[in-house]
Amino acid sequence: MRMTTATAVSSAITATGLSKSYGDKVVLDSIDLHIPQGTVFALLGPNGAGKTTTVQILSTLISADAGAAHVGGHDLVREPRAVRDAIGVTGQFAALDNLLTAEENLLLMADLQHLPRREGRRRAAELLRRFELTEAARKQVSTFSGGMRRKLDLAMTLVGDPRIIFLDEPTTGLDPRSRRAMWEIIRGLVADDGVTIFLTTQYLEEADQLADRIAVLDHGKLVAEGTADELKRLIPGGHISLRFADPSGLESAAALFASAARDNEALTLQIPGDGSIPALRAVLDALDNASVKAEALTVRTPDLDDVFLTLTGRAQSGAGVNSLKENAR
Amino acid sequence: MSTLSYAVSDSMTMLRRNLKHAVRYPSMTVSVVAMPLVMLLLFNYVFGGALGSGIGGRPTGGGAYIDYVAPGIILMAATSGALSTAISVCSDMTEGIVNRFRTMSISRASFLTGHVVGGVLQTLVSITLVVGVALLMGFRPSATPVEWLATVGVLTLLILALTWLAAAMGLVAKNVETASNMPMPLTFLPFLGSAIVPPESMPTGLRWFAEYQPFTPVIETLRGLLMGTEIGNSGLIALAWCLGLTLAGYLWARSAFDRDAKR
Repeated sequence: MRMTTATAVSSAITATGLSKSYGDKVVLDSIDLHIPQGTVFALLGPNGAGKTTTVQILSTLISADAGAAHVGGHDLVREPRAVRDAIGVTGQFAALDNLLTAEENLLLMADLQHLPRREGRRRAAELLRRFELTEAARKQVSTFSGGMRRKLDLAMTLVGDPRIIFLDEPTTGLDPRSRRAMWEIIRGLVADDGVTIFLTTQYLEEADQLADRIAVLDHGKLVAEGTADELKRLIPGGHISLRFADPSGLESAAALFASAARDNEALTLQIPGDGSIPALRAVLDALDNASVKAEALTVRTPDLDDVFLTLTGRAQSGAGVNSLKENAR
Repeated sequence: MSTLSYAVSDSMTMLRRNLKHAVRYPSMTVSVVAMPLVMLLLFNYVFGGALGSGIGGRPTGGGAYIDYVAPGIILMAATSGALSTAISVCSDMTEGIVNRFRTMSISRASFLTGHVVGGVLQTLVSITLVVGVALLMGFRPSATPVEWLATVGVLTLLILALTWLAAAMGLVAKNVETASNMPMPLTFLPFLGSAIVPPESMPTGLRWFAEYQPFTPVIETLRGLLMGTEIGNSGLIALAWCLGLTLAGYLWARSAFDRDAKR
């Protein structure tokens, strides 16, 4: 994972007090953002948290009801054209012209970016190669698979060489293989081109894999922000779990650890701890001294799932379930 | 480049895109041309005998009924062309591509201009076809080259008005089905005017409507230019209607497009 090297670098995106409501429904409730140049920022949240609305506001698609934001150094309201010059947007639903071929889609973008014809052709060919779409270049886009569509979508965004790229759930609905391919592409963009990436996702693993900083959005409010590690430290998810052969073993062990949570059905005891070796040794020593035999021991460190589920308080939400499955794989 | 030349070049890019669609997927174009052609055949061969003798003695400018009805059918071709613009604008709006355009630093009007100019060109082609078939069926206009030119001018103005209205309808329609239904009243208006039969033959209320609705002066102007019937003040009224409707359609479309993106 990449680390933000300095806080002194100028910011690609800043926002203060961004708010948006549709009728009575508050979609965004005073969001503050500060995203340094050349970093990956992930906005994480369950469905309906306001992620797409945030992207739509920052990419000049819709206007905020209140608050101010600068993107690429330009005010969203006063200089929308300058903002549009600096950004590229790849949305949740591939924004392609289905009736054209992949190459024609890229050339359409090149024309709209006012690139000279020859330069446009060169750029299109280069992007097709980079995204491994050269073979499909002359096929109509409506015949493409989901993964190919997303790749072409991102390629179209890159035609204009944007300095700031918004990726709204870039891998939702993709199979694991295409997802990993997309991650590689995103990492390459930051490493090779130094672009700033604003990513929204409902996959914790994705945020963990790609982002320098993660903000958790829930019901239109930012409920936490920090690096993946900082977020993991926010909640006490880590514990050592001991399983015993019989209730008497569990009983005597429970007496040793006052802060432990016991599960009489499963005959397990969960002792809070960070899973470090000294902590582990202390637990084992305590058991040995009391001559209590445990049948099995597992260490569980907090992961972003714990953070996400704790912060958003929706254990049953689709997002949480999906990513739990993801990690179980 | 200046803002204006950007706007022109963006509009040309959008126009190329729309023409590519039309050439590659001609089914829409075909159905748009087919409607007025069927009407032409229907009204000339099926109803033509009865209608022709029914309106006998009225100023048709020629002997045969086709000379009366052909300018009316040409008008229907114009309204039917508007349908395809409404549908293509709406189907673009329901896909992600328009949001991509909106987040790009391109001329905002270019998307609509491309659709409208493309739609006007397509409709002109379909009208040429209708005129061709009408000529084969015995339509004998008496127009001079200048009058033909004026005919093309009036038609282009009318198509421009209808296409801008259709583009606005395509923008406000929630889905493609609605978009294809919204311009329907436009396609029926010529029937309630002087396209098929003279308004004098209609009951009072309907006749009043037929005389004052926008299509009647346009049809009468076309008839005058092509067949040499009396135009009178129809020409000016037609011009005013066309310009007024174009402005209304343009403003409606602009404001519909500038509204916040659909969620």
